[in-house]
Amino acid sequence: MKSLEDLKKIREEAKRKMTMRLGEEQKYRVVVGMATCGIAAGARPVLNTLVEEVSRLNIPVTVTQTGCIGLCSLEPIVEVFDAKGEKTTYVLMNSEKAKQVALKHLKNDEVVEEYTIGQYKK
Amino acid sequence: MEDLAMYLLDIANNAIRAMASLIEIVLINSEKRDLLLLSVKDNGEGMDDQMVEKVQDPFFTTRTTRKVGLGIPLFKQGALMANGSFKLESAPHQGTLIEASYQRSHLDTPPLGDIAESLVTIIQAGEAQTIRFHYEDDARVFDLDTDQVKEILEGVSILTPEVLLWLKTYIKEGIGQ
Repeated sequence: MKSLEDLKKIREEAKRKMTMRLGEEQKYRVVVGMATCGIAAGARPVLNTLVEEVSRLNIPVTVTQTGCIGLCSLEPIVEVFDAKGEKTTYVLMNSEKAKQVALKHLKNDEVVEEYTIGQYKK
Repeated sequence: MEDLAMYLLDIANNAIRAMASLIEIVLINSEKRDLLLLSVKDNGEGMDDQMVEKVQDPFFTTRTTRKVGLGIPLFKQGALMANGSFKLESAPHQGTLIEASYQRSHLDTPPLGDIAESLVTIIQAGEAQTIRFHYEDDARVFDLDTDQVKEILEGVSILTPEVLLWLKTYIKEGIGQ
């Protein structure tokens, strides 16, 4: 049975990592649309997959949520902002695509062109 | 919306947007009482009577990005379809209580869905809020208070992926899912 006490171990590990990362620049900020439209289209597993992958790959990226982005028919939508504020918009996402974006884009800095909004509109 | 967990996520997001500092979620899942009940109470900005009426109408929304607001109307319709009840109480500056109950054995009662994943998603969105969750079924009771979690974390962010992932398994175990 898990207890809240287990959190202390995770806390210590997180503190250790934070010291290691001091001075390291945050690479990306990831935003997932989580309004009714996004949730109904499956944004929750996309968000959770991104959180899991960022942790597993150990990359300095924050994952946050926002409301309706305004393109409900293309949900789930994931926006990736780089350190300069440049945005890449991924549309019609799912967990599998989210894994690829985490590995290719967030870790290896290669935009996954085929899932971007530009590709969809062609 | 396929399951209760998704409604929960949607409704809790309203509470966060209403600038609440405390969000209390109750989930009762009792086979004995043939009852499934979900309530979300916040101390946010609240609504006047006119607004309470309006938000139950699908063609009303406060957002500007699209013209249809579906969260609350869908939640209400789902409960009423399943021989349940729906309650929305609110007053300006006093917060909002929204509660839906279902006859658990009714065919139209939605499945629970992944409650733990929805809660973790809410905790992530409501980093600044206190979130209290109470669950009970015929065999167990489970409570979670994010203030307690934050206290143990001693300044380490609750948004740390490892913390969120741990919370998910902790909740899953607590509610027996």
